[in-house]
Amino acid sequence: MVVSRRIVLTGPGIAWIMALLVIPCALLLVNSFFERGIYGGIDYIFTFENYARAIDPLYGEIFWNSARVAGITTLISLALGYPAAYCIALSPKRRQMALLILVMLPLWSNYLIRTYAWMVLLNGEGLINRSLIGLGLIEAPLPLLYNDFAIITGLTYAYVPFMILALFSSISKLAPELREASTDLGASPLMTFWRVTFPLTLPGIAAGCVFVFVLSIGNFVTPDLLGGGKRTMIGNLIYDQFLTARDWPFGSAIAAIVIFIMMALLTLQAVLINRRDRDEKTV
Amino acid sequence: MIKKTLGLGVCAILATLSSAAFAEGKIVISNWDGYMPKELLENFTKETGIAAEMTVHATNEEIMGKVVASGGKGYDVLFVSGQFGEALHKLGLAADLDHGNIPNLANLYPEAMKLSHDEGLKYSVPYAWGTTGLCYRSDVVTTAPSSWNDLLKPSDAVKGKTTMLATDRWLMMPALLALGYSINTVKEDEIAAAKAQLIETKKTLLTYDDTTFYQKLVSGEASMVEAWDGWCNYGIAENAQIKYVIPKEGSDMWVDTMVVTSASENKAAAEAFINYVLKPDVHRWVAENILYKVPNKAAMDALDPKLIEQYPNLGLSPSELLKFEQLRDLGEGQKLWSKTVTEITSAN
Repeated sequence: MVVSRRIVLTGPGIAWIMALLVIPCALLLVNSFFERGIYGGIDYIFTFENYARAIDPLYGEIFWNSARVAGITTLISLALGYPAAYCIALSPKRRQMALLILVMLPLWSNYLIRTYAWMVLLNGEGLINRSLIGLGLIEAPLPLLYNDFAIITGLTYAYVPFMILALFSSISKLAPELREASTDLGASPLMTFWRVTFPLTLPGIAAGCVFVFVLSIGNFVTPDLLGGGKRTMIGNLIYDQFLTARDWPFGSAIAAIVIFIMMALLTLQAVLINRRDRDEKTV
Repeated sequence: MIKKTLGLGVCAILATLSSAAFAEGKIVISNWDGYMPKELLENFTKETGIAAEMTVHATNEEIMGKVVASGGKGYDVLFVSGQFGEALHKLGLAADLDHGNIPNLANLYPEAMKLSHDEGLKYSVPYAWGTTGLCYRSDVVTTAPSSWNDLLKPSDAVKGKTTMLATDRWLMMPALLALGYSINTVKEDEIAAAKAQLIETKKTLLTYDDTTFYQKLVSGEASMVEAWDGWCNYGIAENAQIKYVIPKEGSDMWVDTMVVTSASENKAAAEAFINYVLKPDVHRWVAENILYKVPNKAAMDALDPKLIEQYPNLGLSPSELLKFEQLRDLGEGQKLWSKTVTEITSAN
């Protein structure tokens, strides 16, 4: 009885994940072992060539650079997101919903339009540069657009809401008594934060960081538009293989490697969190 | 009785549906958005009685991906660039055309029959054609550019204010032409020489840009950009100081074509559509409204001369155009090209 109810309840979710995640990823993996046809498409001849090509240092460097950009984005998002989430979690309940809606509001408009809006702001003849020149603060326009600065700004802007939401759910679950107890026992506010609040919200921090990092490292629109195509990230590389080069097997091989690296990192994170939880219980 | 009536009714509906699908032969056309007149399909249906539906694709690669994945089922006519038509034909996805169904081919320039990717137009019919060159602000760039090296090794005045096209074929092209190589080369030493130049050039670029380069000229963000002639015309339309030049080392000759899919169940209807597009007044619309040259002599002869005055590159003759090499599918060489382009775009 319990078993059948479990199947009924989890069935739709599992079917959804199978159809839209597991099967496509499996197809991707299968395709990565075939050859590209001379004119695009796939020749069904088994080969390891795509993986041999993918371990070229060129692609390793692109992966490393993407991880660096995504890592910086994640750290900035955390620095901006934590205080915001903290304030929302500590504000009166009736105001929390309104504040959370404000955080999510930008997500209601199209990602491309929001990216173009940044181009309007940052370009050499754009609002910021024009204003600064008009105020006499600078003489020549600052290079704000078409570089890593613009990419990181765009990614941080786009993904900071995910960080705030993850942190909010973690911080709002924190019992206020814990902080009160810490204060009563003589800890300064800073020490209370470092010794009580911060460690207890680590799962939220980890979840938020994973969201932002994973979304950033796979992004290809922002490097293209805000980076002016001068910074190739791993998402651009895969996109180009599928669309421009029409080399689906090679694109699949790179995508499969990225998926494996990300899965390894996520598993590691889960293991670390599990171990910490276990340690806490035994203490 | 009721059952019987119902049964008859269903039969009647089915009969109507199937006759609609077969007798009228509804065709599906995939084209770039805004690349043909809005009323074209309606007028075509009015004149021929053939129902037609249009879908849009953003890039050659997008429609190519769909057609390769589905074998072309569900599409009758595709608008693709020449080298993609070539690949579709080599993959057996583009059908041979029956010229008897397309008498308006006679309207084309004789040169249009001699396209290197499809000599004699066996499987593709050209829709628009043109060049790739330098588009610049004549009020900012005081000495007019004349060579691809003006873009590749920019003077201090334009450094940081130039853009190049982002798609692999056009990203490599300026360096290949400046070095005197074929734009379809797959020789490793030639590709390597072009790469070395392009990595140097990258340091001087504002961006790689396929979509907004003419707007950057208009706003003043850029002073000189690598551009397709038709797109440069969009800039000229907004600012008369913008000019277009084909560098002395030459250009590619690009052709956008119409092909019929092998999977089409309405080949004759698809050919009737191509024939309709080739009517002088229909084809003239393309030149007048999207400012691209069309390979249709009857249409170009009827073009308003004022338009050529305003957009001089519309006046380039077919014989001059045909001097330039056409982009061809790279086949096996594509792997070398995409790796090289990745090396350039990821270089610091």
